[in-house]
Amino acid sequence: MFGFGILSGLTFLPLVGAALILLVPGETESGKNNIRWIALWTTIVIFALSLYAWGKFVPGVADFQFLEERSWFGSGLSYKLGVDGIAFPFVVLTAFLMPFCIAASWNSIDNRVKEYMIAFLVLETMMIGVFCALDIVLFYLFFEGGLIPMFIIIGVWGGKRRIYASFKFFLYTLAGSLLMLIAILAMYAQTHTTDITTLLHTKFDPGLQKYLWLAFFASFAVKMPMWPVHTWLPDAHVEAPTAGSVILAGILLKMGGYGFIRFSLPMFPDASHYFAPLVFAMSIIAIIYTSLVALVQEDIKKLIAYSSVAHMGFVTMGLFAMNQQAVQGAVFQMVSHGLVSGALFLCVGVIYDRMHTREIAAYGGIVERMPIYAVAFMIFTMANVGLPGTSGFVGEFLSLLGVFQANSWVAFFATTGVILSAAYALFLYRRVVFGKLEKPNLKSLTDLSPREIAILAPLVVLTIYYGVNPGPILDACSVSVAELIKGYDSALALTKTAALTLH
Amino acid sequence: MYSAIVFLPLLGFLIAGLFGGRIGARPSEIVTTSFLFVSCLLSWIVFARVGLGGAPFSAPVLANWMTSGVLKVDWALRVDTLTAVMLVVVTTVSSLVHLYSIGYMHEDPSRPRFFAYLSLFTFAMLMLVTADNLAQMFFGWEGVGLASYLLIGFWYEKPSANAAAIKAFVVNRVGDFGFALGIFLVFMLTQSISLDAVFAAAPGLANKTIHVFGSDWDAMTITCLLLFMGACGKSAQFLLHTWLPDAMEGPTPVSALIHAATMVTAGVFMVARLSPLFEQAPAALTVVTIIGATTAFFAATVGLVQNDIKRVIAYSTCSQLGYMFVALGVGGYSLGIFHLFTHAFFKALLFLGAGSVIHAMHHEQDMRNMGGLAKKIPITFWCMTFGTLALTGFPLTAGYFSKDAIIEASYAAGMHGQAATYAFVMTVVAAGLTSFYSWRLVFMTFFGKPRWAEAGHGDSHAAAHGHDDHAHDDHAHDDHAHDDHGHHALDPHESPNTMLIPLYVLSIGAIFAGLAFKNFFIGHDAGEFWRNSLFFGPNNHILHEMHEIPEWVGIAPFLMMLGGFAVAAYMYVFSPETPARLAVRFNPLYKFLLNKWYFDELYDFLFVRPAFWLGRLFWKGGDGAIIDRLGPDGVAARVLDGTSWIVKLQTGYIYNYAFAMLIGLAAIITFYLVGGVR
Repeated sequence: MFGFGILSGLTFLPLVGAALILLVPGETESGKNNIRWIALWTTIVIFALSLYAWGKFVPGVADFQFLEERSWFGSGLSYKLGVDGIAFPFVVLTAFLMPFCIAASWNSIDNRVKEYMIAFLVLETMMIGVFCALDIVLFYLFFEGGLIPMFIIIGVWGGKRRIYASFKFFLYTLAGSLLMLIAILAMYAQTHTTDITTLLHTKFDPGLQKYLWLAFFASFAVKMPMWPVHTWLPDAHVEAPTAGSVILAGILLKMGGYGFIRFSLPMFPDASHYFAPLVFAMSIIAIIYTSLVALVQEDIKKLIAYSSVAHMGFVTMGLFAMNQQAVQGAVFQMVSHGLVSGALFLCVGVIYDRMHTREIAAYGGIVERMPIYAVAFMIFTMANVGLPGTSGFVGEFLSLLGVFQANSWVAFFATTGVILSAAYALFLYRRVVFGKLEKPNLKSLTDLSPREIAILAPLVVLTIYYGVNPGPILDACSVSVAELIKGYDSALALTKTAALTLH
Repeated sequence: MYSAIVFLPLLGFLIAGLFGGRIGARPSEIVTTSFLFVSCLLSWIVFARVGLGGAPFSAPVLANWMTSGVLKVDWALRVDTLTAVMLVVVTTVSSLVHLYSIGYMHEDPSRPRFFAYLSLFTFAMLMLVTADNLAQMFFGWEGVGLASYLLIGFWYEKPSANAAAIKAFVVNRVGDFGFALGIFLVFMLTQSISLDAVFAAAPGLANKTIHVFGSDWDAMTITCLLLFMGACGKSAQFLLHTWLPDAMEGPTPVSALIHAATMVTAGVFMVARLSPLFEQAPAALTVVTIIGATTAFFAATVGLVQNDIKRVIAYSTCSQLGYMFVALGVGGYSLGIFHLFTHAFFKALLFLGAGSVIHAMHHEQDMRNMGGLAKKIPITFWCMTFGTLALTGFPLTAGYFSKDAIIEASYAAGMHGQAATYAFVMTVVAAGLTSFYSWRLVFMTFFGKPRWAEAGHGDSHAAAHGHDDHAHDDHAHDDHAHDDHGHHALDPHESPNTMLIPLYVLSIGAIFAGLAFKNFFIGHDAGEFWRNSLFFGPNNHILHEMHEIPEWVGIAPFLMMLGGFAVAAYMYVFSPETPARLAVRFNPLYKFLLNKWYFDELYDFLFVRPAFWLGRLFWKGGDGAIIDRLGPDGVAARVLDGTSWIVKLQTGYIYNYAFAMLIGLAAIITFYLVGGVR
């Protein structure tokens, strides 16, 4: 197709949209509107294209599909794209969430609309690129490149403490990433290739693996984020505009988990096995600690941000349990969390646009004025709590079930998360939505507008659909996950026999 | 047909929930209620075919839910006798409650929402009882929890209702925590969570040990204990019971449906359903017996002194659930389910009767402000009396057959273990207490002087409630919903027919359900009736042994019942000043019971406050003072310090820079010289 593959199309179409927007004058009201429409249509076309690709995608195969490869910078580096059953759901998720972000920013962003939309479209390129890249340097470029538009989005269109938040976000993630860059250089020095498919079949020395693992871990753990490097997230979420929060929670956080699956686990199996207890411990702490912190938050966005950290704890725990249910559960949990937390931030955006405050205490009894909103918020709250029948349950259930097989204590402590999540989520809901409508400024609230309904309704449908029929996502990744586990187990077995022969 | 039974309520929920606002309240009521009646009719047909007619059991698969490696979970509708019994109980009570609610809720502006919730609950409950695997059971389990949460908090403007709703959900989640771990453990042991596969593997797992949670356990015992934890939460058993009384904040029909007849019995159903597992875990059954017996006694003692008419019945429910668990614990699964069956009728009757009283009294729930209502609302009075007779086990009523059978079985099981003897003593004592608080309720409500006629209804009300926070909120709601009534003279009136018809039907059930079905559930035809839907181990002969007991054991509960009646009659009819005198003389005990053994205060102190305290500590201390101060903020501050130091160096004077260059040059030369020497 036009001399390049479908993945290149998905990755670089946003830049085409951004270029178009550059040409449109953005000062007048009509110009702003044109820009909005261009951005929306670009993202919708990309989403349609991703659905087309979804149709072409063959689920029962472990290999990478839609491969494209070009040499780049002479020898060594290459421009190589391809997806497997683990990466592809995230590509679609990204393409899916973007139109919602544009739509959610329709009225709430009014200054520098042009720059805003360009930043978002560049961000989309970076995010899709991360999940498609099959060259480790290319991956790094996309991975780090995503920081810049996000930094700008928070720093320019954010709330009062946006500068602090954006720098915190940037420094945290950059610090982690630099270590990853060093590790990438070390890997290149060893193997003289940056091709991920080759690296996946390279056996690194177990001693070296530990250092490489730690370097990658530093980057991914910050991105996840795992305790104790999570403190950038609440600040970033609170200050980011609604759409920024949606992308942050929906996609950026998933890059860490994806990185674990793509690099840490298959390339450094011995080190992953060695460090698994550390990851378990950090995950459990994340789940319990941040759930308790969420309980006492006074800011709606902060509460949801902390709950995100807790939910990512289920993911890391599931990934390092390394069995079919746990890893599939973790992958599903990431996709589901992308939908649900994205939707929750959209819900917060809805009332923020009306009241311009995120203070929980400023609300109460809004169900009286906003019954439709209350229903949508309730559904997402329940999905966040992991109620069966919503997508939140499937991921949690599978990952916990898998983790239990690996380590019952870990599952025990992690399962307390289901109690705590119910407590903080319902407590939030009660304070915001239920109660008597007493505050005078709330009495003029209006219910969801058609635009807002159009944004939230698809998310409601998907949340329930994937809760009842998670098959599409589980089937897409099942073979890839099985392959991952097989490689991991055989690598561990190999090291064990090697150790035995040495002695 | 199975699909119709289960999914008609879902359809009703969707119609009333999505379009209720548009089509109006009355059509919503009619749609949900009529769907439920159809579902109920079909359920009785299924019951007649599968339970009485001996039609084969089946579990048609509807669709795949999730598949991951060896884990396969399907949506399926498993229908055997046990399910058929539950179908009948759930749909019958639910359809009657729907009908009743048309009358009871007729003043409420959000009726479509109410009926939608009721139907949603029914759907979830039906999914629970038709589950063919543990995950689907968990789906229904949490689904009824959601519906319960929504219905308890139905009057969302009441803070107490919101608090009760959250409490119910969270406490249930504590139980679900155990249930979930139990499911994981089952999967670990059998590589499956579908019931047939698990049951097939169960005998092979008896007496096997497993290493989980850091030590070796008897595999079946730890599994069943974890699963039972879930049952405790849902069925409000001792230690996890605290949510049930508070759940009375919901509208009364909800209490009848969810918190008496159906949802709270889900735990009993679960243990009976998993009888093939529990039969392999005698130690776990002992725990079931002890918890059940303790609950039966504990809840009955608290019920003695409560003044809110619904709370008395709530504690009674809690206590009766304890009886059911005693039955399960001693191995009499069919006894437990039989009591579940009969209890559904008479307890729903009592709640709906109480609802009728509350309706007549304009949402007054305090029995101290009632009295003398027998003449005003005679139909309600008689129905309540029938319910009370059945509950206290008056001969030939429903409770007489099911409850006394449990007491006899626990005596018989005493031959095999101390726990059963403990259960026997507790249940007999509780039978007396049950009789007392039940008749106390009847006498306080329907007999004596009408205390509601006294002037200043509102003032005396508030004063009488000094100790009870909830009362104020109740009252606040009254004012809200019944502005049109105001505070003018109260004239209790009989309820409309939509409310009375369910009472008639349930009265018939309360009186005859035991007599009519005794043979099938626990009598000669039990084997034919249950077939393999309940599992009795080869050493479990409890159903025979319970007939070989001394005569006094059979008479004991009857005597206790008479005793309770006599004391209640003395204290509340013939000598009404006695209770107050006793309350003063045994004040500490009275306070202890009135405050429900101080469990709420204890849990608040042990769990709720520490959770918030820890949350604040982690937030301000952990995230703020440690991670951020040492991490990003700290680094940023050090960088600033460093730059300000460097800024100081940049003085702007040429000689300063020249001096620095000179020193640098000297250092380099020295370095090379020293290096060259070496």
